[in-house]
Parts: sequence; structure tokens; C-alpha cells
Amino acid sequence: MAPRSFLEWPVIRQLSTGDLLGRGPSVTSPKTRSIAPRTATADKVVQSVCPYCAVGCGQRVYVKDERVVQIEGDPDSPISRGRLCPKGSASEQLVNSPGRQTKVLYRAPRAKEWQRLELSTAVDMIADRFIESRRRTWQQTDDHGRLLRRTMGIASLGGATLDNEENYLIKKLFTAAGAVQTENQARI
Amino acid sequence: MANADCIIIQGSNMAECHPVGFQWVAEAKARGAKVIHIDPRFTRTSAVADKHLPIRAGSDVVLLGALINYVIANDLWFKEYVSAYTNAATLVHEDYRDAEDLGGLFSGFDPEKGAYDNSSWAYDEANDGSITEPGGPEHGAEAGARAAGDALGSGGPPLEHAEVLRDDTLQNPRTVFQIVKRHYARYTPDMVRDMCGISEADFAYLAKTITENSGRDRTTCFAYAVGWTQHSLGAQFIRAAAILQLLLGNVGRPGGGIMALRGHASIQGSTDIPTLFNLLPGYLPMPSAGRHDTLEEYLKANASKNQKGFWADADAYTISLLKAWWGDAATAENDWAYDYLPRLTGAHGTYETVMSMLRDEVEGYFLLGQNPAVGSAHGRMQRLGMSHLKWLVVRDLNMIESATWWKDGPEIESGELSTEDIETEVFFLPAATHVEKAGSFTQTQRLLQWRHQAVAPPGECQSELQFFYELGHRIREKLADSQDERDRPLLDLTWDYPTDEHGDPDPESVLAEINGRHLTGPDAGKPLSAYTELRADGSTSGGCWIYTGVYADGINQAANRKPGEEQGPAAPEWGWAWPANRRILYNRASADPDGKPWSERKKYVWWDEEQGKWVGDDVPDFPPTLAPGTKPDPSVGGPAALSGDDPFIMQSDGKGWLFAPKGLVDGPLPTHYEAQESPVANGLYPQQQSPSRLKYPRKDNLSAPSAGDPGADVYPFVFTTYRLTEHHTAGGMSRWLPYLSELQPEMFCEVSPELAAERGLEPYGWATIISARSAIEAKVLVTERMTPLRVGDHTVHQIGLPYHWGVGNSAVVSGDAANDLLGVTLDPNVQIQEGKVASCDIRPGRRPRGPELLALVAEYQERAGLTVETSNSTVTHPAAEGEHPGGQTP
Amino acid sequence: MGQLTGPTDPTIDAHWEHNHPRKGFFTDTSICIGCKACEVACKEWNHNPQDGNLELLGSSYDNTGSLGASTWRHVAFIEQGQDRIAEARESGRALVSLGMPRIGPPPQPGEVVAGADTTPPDTADFRWLMSSDVCKHCTHAGCLDVCPTGALFRTEFGTVVVQDDVCNGCGTCVAGCPFGVIERRSNGTVKVATSREEQHAGHPEVPNAGVAQKCTLCYDRLVADETPACAKACPTTSIKFGDHDDMVQTAKERVATLHAQGMTEARLYGANENDGVGGTGSVFLLLDEPEVYGLPPDPRVPTADLPKMYRRAAVAVAGMAAAAAVAFLGGRE
Repeated sequence: MAPRSFLEWPVIRQLSTGDLLGRGPSVTSPKTRSIAPRTATADKVVQSVCPYCAVGCGQRVYVKDERVVQIEGDPDSPISRGRLCPKGSASEQLVNSPGRQTKVLYRAPRAKEWQRLELSTAVDMIADRFIESRRRTWQQTDDHGRLLRRTMGIASLGGATLDNEENYLIKKLFTAAGAVQTENQARI
Repeated sequence: MANADCIIIQGSNMAECHPVGFQWVAEAKARGAKVIHIDPRFTRTSAVADKHLPIRAGSDVVLLGALINYVIANDLWFKEYVSAYTNAATLVHEDYRDAEDLGGLFSGFDPEKGAYDNSSWAYDEANDGSITEPGGPEHGAEAGARAAGDALGSGGPPLEHAEVLRDDTLQNPRTVFQIVKRHYARYTPDMVRDMCGISEADFAYLAKTITENSGRDRTTCFAYAVGWTQHSLGAQFIRAAAILQLLLGNVGRPGGGIMALRGHASIQGSTDIPTLFNLLPGYLPMPSAGRHDTLEEYLKANASKNQKGFWADADAYTISLLKAWWGDAATAENDWAYDYLPRLTGAHGTYETVMSMLRDEVEGYFLLGQNPAVGSAHGRMQRLGMSHLKWLVVRDLNMIESATWWKDGPEIESGELSTEDIETEVFFLPAATHVEKAGSFTQTQRLLQWRHQAVAPPGECQSELQFFYELGHRIREKLADSQDERDRPLLDLTWDYPTDEHGDPDPESVLAEINGRHLTGPDAGKPLSAYTELRADGSTSGGCWIYTGVYADGINQAANRKPGEEQGPAAPEWGWAWPANRRILYNRASADPDGKPWSERKKYVWWDEEQGKWVGDDVPDFPPTLAPGTKPDPSVGGPAALSGDDPFIMQSDGKGWLFAPKGLVDGPLPTHYEAQESPVANGLYPQQQSPSRLKYPRKDNLSAPSAGDPGADVYPFVFTTYRLTEHHTAGGMSRWLPYLSELQPEMFCEVSPELAAERGLEPYGWATIISARSAIEAKVLVTERMTPLRVGDHTVHQIGLPYHWGVGNSAVVSGDAANDLLGVTLDPNVQIQEGKVASCDIRPGRRPRGPELLALVAEYQERAGLTVETSNSTVTHPAAEGEHPGGQTP
Repeated sequence: MGQLTGPTDPTIDAHWEHNHPRKGFFTDTSICIGCKACEVACKEWNHNPQDGNLELLGSSYDNTGSLGASTWRHVAFIEQGQDRIAEARESGRALVSLGMPRIGPPPQPGEVVAGADTTPPDTADFRWLMSSDVCKHCTHAGCLDVCPTGALFRTEFGTVVVQDDVCNGCGTCVAGCPFGVIERRSNGTVKVATSREEQHAGHPEVPNAGVAQKCTLCYDRLVADETPACAKACPTTSIKFGDHDDMVQTAKERVATLHAQGMTEARLYGANENDGVGGTGSVFLLLDEPEVYGLPPDPRVPTADLPKMYRRAAVAVAGMAAAAAVAFLGGRE
């Protein structure tokens, strides 16, 4: 710790600044004097869009040491002009929420609890089940012999919270696989 | 909206559900615009509106119909606009019979199928024929099953051609104008009082405010949300507002229109690029067996080359999509791999899927950021359905109830399911948040905005892009040696996106594929810049035609971020709006038929004589150099057939449709029917409910009796479900956050002081709410914000239920789910469930636990005498068809 | 002497080397939509922990109750019937005739739509008031005046801020605040309904436990010329931030506008520099009596009487000295 100059003694500061009642600069701590917002000390700022409703408010995401430290409104956005609702304002907590799941979990048939599974194993198991169910439930033609080329044994629900690019890949893969039952919140 | 002089918010709680969007309403109000909120409840929106009108849930068509009647009867419609830009003057075929003449049914109803043959609703044709749709007429039962209404997301329904017959004097009784006038003649202020619970004085205030703020100088805007869509005739609610807005000239003009306020970040995007069973990207229909067996049949049924406007080029959009998906494997010889597409054979919507699960027909289910155990109607059916699956994949940020129902769901508590008997394998895969991946959302005004990635996802979290790319990769790898013909579409699929050092696909390369590119010629490989460049000869690809242009010049236009303050009000350099970066659709209508602004105050897009083109504050939504007076031969078809005064360029006749000859399966004009469950008898027609609503008469989906039927008093109250500012839908993104959970910690119901007194409900105590399907408990908020309505000769009590909570052990806050009370009855156009109105009883105290809960529900069902037939008749009055308007049996 | 009572500019009084204009909020409750974005944005920026026991509070849509150590913005919800609205309109009108809210010059409220209706609105049957409360950053701040450690200080922006690294948690300030704003943060164990204990496990440690806490007017943002988190988020600009003088002026104009529209229930709170705290740095436009919103009608800083007390004490001391002297002199006899 650096030796403290006697000039930093509160009483000296009180006299030298004219803050005689000792309620202004003379009582500030070193921490107070070096205060800076984490928006200013962030390593980078990334433009984003709020993930909640469909207004599409602009967000600025502040990143420090590869971690999101703050998310607030983007004043440049002509849609939102920097403002956010309570949900949008809670976006940082959505990202860094203590309750968020970051591990793959698997529940076996009849099991009472979850167990851990490697991500790669899980994807492989899902791919196997996808292929098996597709084969088992395949419908090549209908009763009139008309082409169906589909499976009614695999379905999905979700998309309204996802990116266009993600919906595109989902629709593309499922359609190619003949899994027609893809649905999302737009019908709910 | 900020340019509106009057804003009607109906079927939406905008200040609560879209607070930041509401700033534009606040700004308009500060400038002097009137804001009127029409809603069953007094909400935070009502609190800052000029006026709140409480309305009985589900009676909106009566109110809107009465406004249409008021506008026509008092000669307040915008003559030049209506005559030039709508189909008011078009003649309808003489076989058409209105609901007024048939006791609430339109001509062509087939009681067997519970659906319409709509051929008699068609436009008249010169030689005694009628203008049908290309590919031949489709029965409403089939069109409804494939939710054909959804395919109209980018334009109107197709017609064979647009050589319509007109009577510009509007005097011919078969003109659309005269039909509309007759149809709504009995929608009067008295009827509004008796059906909606809105007084004559309040109606007069509303009608006066809207009409005084419409015309050349002023515009009125409507805003709606799921308060309109979640009804058995939801699409008709919106159509009714559209008719009113067209009559008042409030479409395609600044401060006008009908604004859909949507609830999810990219719910618009997920219908444009649909994760929906019945659509392909860009609102192209999924092929149906029997109707679209060959590419030729598909293209013919989809659009006619003889109709007006850009939808006539749907063949180019379709073939470019097939080229995008199957690349070189899509050739002229194999009809561009059209047969790689699976076919529909009826309805395969999410509720149909759940019922198939219960029949053990579905083995695997993916939940992608969605929580149906809480958020979908009839939660019990959802959870029981899932218990029949072989495998379930849940991809979410938090451990939602749809992932844990097998151990802590309500059916475990009630004893209907026991964990050790459930065979379902469940995979929980953690997802990436919006800042942990790059990609685009399409917001509610069709604006695409790119998000840049800020950080890498933590732990094993993955984006859907990463996951599905990887899943597709593995499936293709495992099938690589397959000789099975059925695997060709998977193996021939273009799936070679550039990847980064972690093997993850580049989202911008996906956007580029969606945009489309030239495949041949000097520009081969270059991105397309507009959908007009798409071709039907295999020389272009494009994954979603309406998004073509978003990657023009190889630049990600969705990432445009010129600050709003440095641009005009349309802010064209922020993001990219489909189509072609237009901000207001059909904006040609903002100028008069001669191309001049209707008024200086409402100037937007106009014809510049000197430059010989359309100019203004926005990208003109019109062929850029098509002069106002142009009158081409209508038989040529396509964009070239558009006249200089056909602003509705995606409609097959270029006009705004007051009367819909095609496209709707439940009637060409919005007509009031009561909800599936209603304590009120339809005062307008003997027909109680929409005859073509989709019903599911099943033991696990019983309905309460309608007004007048025995047992109706067992479920005497109306409930409506909704959201709160502090939470998000089924809570997956809010109930796990302490900051949001503490603001609305518990499930509650809102009741009037009168109902609380009648039922002995204590403020902030517990109450149990019982419907024909289920019973839930909630804390009681007794508030004057809920108003008992005088409807006819009795009082209707409405109960408000937010639907954010669910039963489970993982969230910061939990509670019973309101959606468990709902049954499944759907709108036949789009298959959206009736979630905003149903019948219930309420009593003080907590609900019983365990099997006693089921006993309570059963006791009510028994007392009401419920069977699967209850409220499920198609034609509800034996004499309905053929009876006189409004006439009861003498 | 100004620094303890009466009108003054506390920014200047604090003798900072570089003076900034005094900063403050103007919270216009007439356009508040009760969304609580301010509450969340505040907590998120300041990393304030969740408080409350996750049960309905029994106060309309308000489930945070009041300002406290961890809730620095609080939105009140008040449901009122027609009678109360009429009374509020009358009491507001009376204030104007008394000249109390100090209506400024006639407003120039931007572009008003031609033909806009400016007749007084009918008295509604019902209204739902919403108002976002916050620390007042008083001109004469009781908390600051009584703080024995120098933990509270007057910033260069005229605001009042606790230094959590200096505060020893003595709690003197809590009694010093006439608004009940400042509070010591509890030791970190959040009270949670027993049924939810399991769900609540694993939440992060509470920072600054035991220390007095309140709104800093985002001091750490002001130093970088950024808007406080609540005002930045506010969707309808119900919370405005800026130079205190401008805020007061804007507030006065807004009251005048509303009165011209017949909404005579509108009145200002905290804009009177002759009140018991010398006026507040955060001013409010209310649509009813302050008590209705849970605000004291006549806040008074405990130290406001200090000069008078000192004068009396001096007289007493002089008297006693004189008496002692008399006694002493008398004793000499």
C-alpha cells in the first residue's frame, strides 16, 4: 500500500476544499474517487435485440473478460430509442441467472431422477432415435396410392423465440426428413 | 402509430405487453391523439387511455359490425378511397346467400362436414360463370384442415383471373358494398348494448371519435394482439377491423392500419420462415395429397398467371426454394425435386399432434424454447400426451415444467401418472441465449434485425443453429450408405455451411441462402437483390422469397444500424423490412387515384410527374414507374396487369377486400357467433356458435353448456386469460429470474367486488376456479377494474387469469396454470385455439389435493350433465338454415 | 447559513473543485404505465438483491411495498373510485388558487393537433394511479446531516450518496430521513415462504449486508455522463433525468398543461424550495394528495431546526454562564 500523503487527511481536505461541514469532497474514499461505470470499463459493446416480445427493442451488450456485465437499451434504435421494459431490463439476469441450466441431463425410462450425459453422446442418441422412429412410422403413400413421403412419428414445437436462420434449418431438416409436424407459438 | 390521430386498442393490453412500443402511443397522445382501450378488464393500458370501454369477452364482432353499420348508415365512409381501392363495386355471384338470410349460416354450408363449400361466394363473371380459385374450388373442410388461411401471410388468396364485373354506382344489390351494408344492418347500438355490455352513450363516443379522426386529413389506427386471435372466429375479428379501416380509408396510410402486436421476439419470423406444419417459407403452402400431387398441380392451385400482382409469380418462388434446399439434385427433369417434399393429409397442428400422442402415434418430440405444459391450452392433455412419447428432447435455458412433468407435474400429484411407470426418455439440452449466438429476429412490423454474438455459450449450452446443424450432420452420416429412396431428400439436402474453429455453422451463410443467389450466367454465385429477380427456370435459388434483398450485394442488410436520430421517421437504414425494405405495406394508398397525397398532413408516398416515378418517405409498395392513370389489359395477369390505382398489389385483383370471395373457410364476412362456451345466447342469429369452428368432442375435452342449455348455470362465469408486464408467456424466461419473480410472485385471479361478495371471496385469500376440464387455485384480487356487465337481461361476471405460472420445483416462483382450464376448440382458418373466453365457476378456498381434485372436476361435470355432445352441435338451431334474419321460432 | 435550512444550491455548498449543475429526476406519474422497468433496471445496474418473501403483498399490482435497502425505485399502484377522483381534482384546484405548486409561465406544449379537444374530461368512474418513487436527494438531507462517519456525502452533482466502504452500519441516517428511504440492508438471508425454500437455494450472496443503502442517482453512471438506469429504461419517459432547474421548469409546465386540460388534480411534489427539506432533487407530478402515494405531506429534515436550536442553546449557555457568574460573584460575599 502506498504511503498516504497527509494532504489526504480528511481534516486537511476539509479545510483546503472549503467543505467545512465535511459533507462533500473531503469525505470521499479512494474507492469513491475512482468510481467508473462498468459500461465504461467493458472490453467491448455488442449491438443486439431484446429476446422477449416482438417489438424488437435494441440492446447494447457490455462484455468484460468474456462475460456479459450489463445489457441496456440501445439509444440508436429508431424502434425503442434506448428504452426497455422490465423484462428487457432483466436480460442480463436471463444470461447470468443462477438457476440457468448449462449441462445436458438425461432421464431414462422409469427413472426417478436425472443423470448427466455428455453433449456429444446425447446428440448421437437423439440422431439414432430420430432415424429409428422415422423408419418405424414411415408413410410412403396414402390409401389411394398418392405420395405422402413422411413420418407422423416425430414432431416439434418451438420457433417463435428463435432466429430466422435457426427456424430455417429446423424447417429444412424436418421437411427433408418427412417430419411434417413442426409447430410453434404462432398457433398458440 | 405515432402519426395516428386516434388509436383504438382492442384485444390487446399494449402498455403491459409491449411497454416500449407503447411509447409511440404515449407520444401520439401527448400530441393530442385520442386513445381508447376496449377490453374486458381495466388494465395498465386503460389507466393511461382517454377512455376504457369494458366489453364482454368474445363479442368484438358485434361492436366492429356496429361501427361498420354506423359508418355506412351515416354516410361517413371515404368515398374516393373506397370506390377506387376496395372491391366495393365488384359484383358477387347471384348464388350467394348471406347469413342474414339463412339464420346465421352463409350459402354452401355442409352440416355433415361442418364446413363450407364457398363456390357461391365467388365474384361474378361475364358469361354467367363465377371467378373461382385456380386449381378448382377447394372445400372448406380440406382448406381448413391444412389451415389454408395461414398461407395468406404475405398476400391475398389466388383467383383464376381478375376480370371482375363492376358497378361503380354501387347501387346493384349484388355489389360488395350493398352486401356489406345489408349484412351489418342489424348490428346496431342496441345490439352492442345487449351483446357487448357497452352503453349507447359509450358506443356513440367511440363511433364519433373514430369517424372524426378518419378521412383525408386524419387517420385512426387499430392495435390488436392475441385478445383477437385466440377465438373460434379470431381471423374474422381482424377481418371486421379491416373492413372498417378500408371503409374509413385508414389502410396504407401513415397513422392508419391495423397493428398486430405479437408476443415473441421472432414470432413473425417463425411464420415467415415457418416452423409450422402447413407452410413452406414465404407463405407457400405445404403440398397436400390429392390437391398438390404434382408440381404442376401445386403451382396451378397456388396462383394463376392471370391474376393481378406479384403472387402470380409464386412458381419462381417455389422453384427457387427447391433449388436452395436440394441444389443440383433439383432438376427440370425431376420437377425440381418437388417429390422430395412430404404431403399433408389434413390437419397436423400442435393440438392434433398432442391427440396423436395420446393414441401412441408420435414417438419423438422436440420442444425448442417452448413450454406447452404451461403455455398451451389444456395443459393436462399436453402433459398426458407427452407421457406417451418414446423420447422427448427439451431445449431451453431453464428447467421448465415441460421437462419435469414426469416427476413433479400436477398429474403426479393427482395420481394419474406415477414416475416409475413413465417410459418416456427425456433429454434436456441447455440452449444459448440471444447474446450467445448471432442471428436475426423479425419483429412485429416485419423488420429483420441482426444480433451480433457477444460471448460464447456457457458449459454445454448450444444455439438451435449449432444443434440442428450437428443433428442433421449426424443423421446424414448415419444414413450415408443408405440405398433407400426415402433417404434421398436427407442425403441430397444442401447442408454444407461454412463452419468456424469449433465446427459451428456461420449464421450469415444461412441468411445468404435464405436471400438467394444467381445460379447461372455471369452473376452466378452472386446474391439476389430483390424477389423480382427470382426465376422459375432453376437459374436462381432462394430460401424464402419475401426475404430476398436482405443480403443484397453480399451485405447483411439486417445488420444496418444507422442511428434513428440520423434518419427520417421511416428509418430505412436500421435493419431491413420485408418485402424490399418497405415499412408501410400497400403505401400506394397513401396517395389518391391521381397519385397526389390525400392531404399535406398525411403525405407519405406520391407520384412525381417530372421524374415519372413514385417517391416519398418510404420504399413505394408499387411498381416504381407505374403511372396513376395506367389501365392495362387485365387479362395479361401478374404485375403487368396492375392498374395505376391498384394499391393492394398482393391481392389477386389489386383491391382491398371488404368481402372475401376466397380465402376464408368460415364466411366471406365477419359474423357474430358466441364462443364455444358462453353464458349468453347469440342475439343476432339462431345459430349460437361458429358452425365451422373446429371441435374435438372427446371425454378429456368436455365443454360447458351454452346459454339456455341445462347445466349452463354450473359454470356461470366467463374467464379470460392474459399476460402481465412482469412475466413472459409460460414463464420460461421470467419465473427463473428473481428480479421479475418478486414483482409478480403468485398466481392470482381478478374479480369484481360484486362477484367477490356473491361468492364469498376474501381479498388476497385463495379461490378455486373450476372449468369443464380442470380446477386450479389462485390468490384473489378483488378490484373495481373488473366490471360486471349487463348483457340483455342478466349480469355477466368475468374473471381474469394471468397464465404465467406452472406447477414444478425448479422456478423461483410457481403456481397453478390457467391454461389447464382451457379446452381445445380452434379457429378453422388458422387452427388457433379459443383461449380468451370460456366458462367456469369460482369458490373460496384452496383446491383439493391428490385424487380429490379429479373428483371435484368430475362432480361438476356430472352436475352439469356433460357429455361429449355438449356444446358440440354444428348447426345449433334446428331451423337455423333458411330462417329469417334474427328471427326466433315463432 | 443555507447549508442546513432554506433555499440553496447544495452542489455549490459542498465546495467541489469542479461544479456541475445539480442533477435530478422529474417523475411524471400522469404518464406512468406501472411497468416497473425502473425497479428492474435499478436492481440490475446496482446488483441489488431480490427482497420480499415472494408472496402477494395485498396492494394491487405492487409486490415490493416500499423503498428500502434493496429496492431503490418503487412503483405504487392505487385504485380509486369516482368520489376520490373528484376530491383530488378539487384539492388540486385549491392548490393552484393558493399559488402553491408555483405554476410557471404559460406552457408552450409543442405541436398540438389542430382541433384537439381541450375541454375538461368528465370525471372518470375509476382510475388506477401508478407512481415510481425514489430517493429525494434533498437539498437539506437528513441522512447526510446526521451521518457520523462521513459515509454519506454530497456529490458534485448535488446528489446524496452512501459510500458502502465507509459506512459502519450505525443506522443513525435511517432515523434522519423524513421520507423513510434509507435503510440498512439485512444480513443477507432473504425471507422466503417456507414452501419455496428449495427453489430459492443457490442464489448469490447479498452484497453490502448490514450497510445503509439507498438510491445513488447512479453516481457511478453520472461520472461518465450517463443517464441513471431507471430513467434510461423508462418506456414512456415518465422518469425524466437532467439538470435540476430544467426538471423543475418542465414539471411546472406539465402541471400547467394538465390544468389547462381540466386535470386540476395534478400538482407538484418536492418543487417547493421553502419546504422542510429545502425542496428535493427528485421532483414528482402527482395526481392526488401525497399521502395517497405513501409520501409525507410536509417532510421536514430533523436538522432543519438546528440553527434555531443552536441559538436557543447559546442563549441558554449565556444565561447559565450569567447565573453561574452571579452565583460565583454572590458567593464571594
